Amino acid sequence: MTAEAQQDVNVTAGGGPRRSAWRDATTTALRVLLPVLLALLAGALIILALGKDPLTYYEYVVQRGLLSPTGFQATVTRTAPLLLIAAGLIVAFRAGIWNLGVDGQFLLAAVVVAALAPELIVFLPRWLTVLLCFVAGALVGAIWSLLPAFLKARHGVNEIITTLMMSFLGISLANVLVKIPFNDPTTTVPQTATLPVADRLPRLFDTTVHAGVILALVVVLLVHLMMTRTAFGLKLQIVGANPRAALHAGLNITGLTFATFALSAGLTGLGGAVEILGVWGTVRADWNPAYGLLVIPLVFLARFNGIAVIGFVLFFAVLMIGGESAARRLDVPHFFVLVLVALLLMFLAVVEYLDHRRRQSRVD
Amino acid sequence: MPQVAQVDRNAVPAVAVEDIVKRFPGVLANDHVSLDFEKGEIHVLLGENGAGKSTLIGILAGMQQPDSGTVRVNGQVIRIGSPRESLQLGIGTVFQHVLLVRSLTVLENLMLGGPWWSRLGRHEALARLMTFSETLGVVIDPDAELGRLSLGQQQQVEIIRALWHGGRVLILDEPTSMLTPAGVRELGQVMRRLRDQGVAIIFITHKLKEAYEFGDRISILRLGRVVGDLPKARLASMSEGDVTNEVIRLMFGPTATVTGDARALVHEGQRRRRAVAVDRSGEPLFMVRDVSASARPGETVLSNVAFDVWPGEVFGIAGVDGNGQKELAEALAGQRPVASGRLVLGDDDLTTLGIGARRRLGMRYITDERLGEGTVGTHSVATNLLVKEIGLPPYWWRGMTRWKQVREHARDKIETFDIRTPSEQTPIARLSGGNIQKVLLAREASSEARVVVFNKPTYGLDLHNTRLARERILKSAASGIATIVISTELDELTELCDRIGVMSQGRLRGIVDNTEGAEMRLGVLMTGADAA
Repeated sequence: MTAEAQQDVNVTAGGGPRRSAWRDATTTALRVLLPVLLALLAGALIILALGKDPLTYYEYVVQRGLLSPTGFQATVTRTAPLLLIAAGLIVAFRAGIWNLGVDGQFLLAAVVVAALAPELIVFLPRWLTVLLCFVAGALVGAIWSLLPAFLKARHGVNEIITTLMMSFLGISLANVLVKIPFNDPTTTVPQTATLPVADRLPRLFDTTVHAGVILALVVVLLVHLMMTRTAFGLKLQIVGANPRAALHAGLNITGLTFATFALSAGLTGLGGAVEILGVWGTVRADWNPAYGLLVIPLVFLARFNGIAVIGFVLFFAVLMIGGESAARRLDVPHFFVLVLVALLLMFLAVVEYLDHRRRQSRVD
Repeated sequence: MPQVAQVDRNAVPAVAVEDIVKRFPGVLANDHVSLDFEKGEIHVLLGENGAGKSTLIGILAGMQQPDSGTVRVNGQVIRIGSPRESLQLGIGTVFQHVLLVRSLTVLENLMLGGPWWSRLGRHEALARLMTFSETLGVVIDPDAELGRLSLGQQQQVEIIRALWHGGRVLILDEPTSMLTPAGVRELGQVMRRLRDQGVAIIFITHKLKEAYEFGDRISILRLGRVVGDLPKARLASMSEGDVTNEVIRLMFGPTATVTGDARALVHEGQRRRRAVAVDRSGEPLFMVRDVSASARPGETVLSNVAFDVWPGEVFGIAGVDGNGQKELAEALAGQRPVASGRLVLGDDDLTTLGIGARRRLGMRYITDERLGEGTVGTHSVATNLLVKEIGLPPYWWRGMTRWKQVREHARDKIETFDIRTPSEQTPIARLSGGNIQKVLLAREASSEARVVVFNKPTYGLDLHNTRLARERILKSAASGIATIVISTELDELTELCDRIGVMSQGRLRGIVDNTEGAEMRLGVLMTGADAA
């Protein structure tokens, strides 16, 4: 429809703000829940085609991922790295920068922290070790994004390609580091020295959940606040939405680009540090959870919203943890969880499209 | 006078709409509109924004469906369900903005849109293009990259594309708003040639002069209704003055409601700025000294541009589009580095300062690309009003956005500048062009402004908003601001400016005092002749 007609519509379309607010909330909920339901349904059909019982599978997923105490604790623990990566991605994506190199940034930070922590703990108190490791993780992540940031800011090189390439390099380099300089000779499998369990991040109450989860939640909320309530966040959004307008408005695009890369990769690196200090205490050779590529669709599902992403990450963590044990029990491939995520994205797109069509026809 | 082409009176109209009603929530965009569009006739649709022209075009182009009423093509009642169907029915539409692929060649653009399985027949296409070139009397290099053509030429390609599959009806939606005077004349010739071939042309414009010059028949829309129709026979018997009076009466209702718009309409292009005595004995406020700037491919290199602007003076920059006007504006605003030369504002040397620093010293730039770079389309009106002030008090405090104050500021500006928007939170891209321009004007107007650069300030605006924008420019100059107006419309410059410089190929060819006969001297300069 034309701009002028559109405007007239907006001027005159009223009809009770409260009722339309309700309707908006309902349609928003539907837009999120409908794809989830459809994805679960389509997933069920696939399981059926594999000759398994979908209900049993889902029951296991819910049972092991959500309802059993150990499973639920594992789920919550898993959200920590995912949330920190999500926070990093939200900063970047909102600023229009597609940092797809999170896996490399995450892994390198994890390896450096895994090597650093056992050395530091010998002569430093735990809190200081943890703090230094957080800083180191964030710095390593940020440094690994420096080259893409420079190429983007100075030469306009597409960051999708450079960050992905740096990610492959980072994953390889992390492996080299684990196998050669950081290798702990006392173990048979190449891996870094192990941080004793007692020196890792404190547990919350009597659970296996570590304090990194709280940190991750706080960081995600802070990032959300930063993007929506601060001048810096608004500047990032302007650059992301229309770089030419940002230039016209006199924003320092080069500086903002570097800041975006540093923040995004830094938060991802922090995620790596939290995962090592909270869960593993060491990095084995060839370990690469590849969380980054899993989180990217979730961030899109949440429309770059820091609060909504918490729900999606939790949902996904349930699927991951529950899916792992369900896969073992039922002999469904463990990557079936990824199939569910893919289905979810597809149905999200379909529902989005239908909603768009519906709104168009309503306006016309 | 429009020449009378031979048309068979008994023939059915190429396209006819009968009793079309189209409602949008809360607004009646088309209120029982009935019109016949004859073969071999240039039919002008006149009307303000919101009169329902665009809706009618949308229906004919297959983009919208009427709520009731019928569309006939060659006498047959037809429902046009999609733009593709519209094309298949022989209705080609050229929209205000060029919708071609800039990186493809002319021929490639024309060959687009066939079924995916069919081979692209270059020879056939080339032959067809030659026929069209001959018919239209235009010369277009088939292998030129489209983005490198002038806007006028791009539009000619659009017209050819619209008629590529044997179209017999051509709809032109405000085609002249981005053309130079020469481009407009050329378009007129193309339209006449097509008309003489029997094509029915529907020509939408805001400009009465064009309506009179090109139209065989004029229909006037107001508030969704056809309020007047000047058929060919009647039009032929009227003088330009008669037509003007009649159209104004129809467009704006009875004399009692004749507003400034009507006056602007009558006087448009005939008014010269009354010689406001600008005191040029003192020091100029803004000095541009031999400024040169480099350019990327497709842009114009600025070389040694020099002029001064005194407080309260309106300095115009004329020239055919793409001769360095945009690059000059960017160099003044700080968006383009100055390679050599100096920019001085009062006591401050701006040459090496950034955009923000220049703004703080009082430099303002109202860009011609309102959505491209002037605003962030997906963000609210409120944000866009302050996009150049992000982080500064009182709307930000220690880096935190004070949304309440930001919105209050926006509501205040919306009222002062009469910006028509549902709310300050509406994404700005939803506003009409005139209202987006008001947002830009509101953003740049402040007591700290000392130099304001307006780049094509009324481009694409309707009469009412054109008048408002021009009044705004004169008012800001009257308050002592050194004002620079860049425009491709000579009428606009002679109406607003004290002095006018002409740009051609990145150079300022000369500066003319805006007195009797200025147009002549400007015309000479615009053709590229160097003058003292």
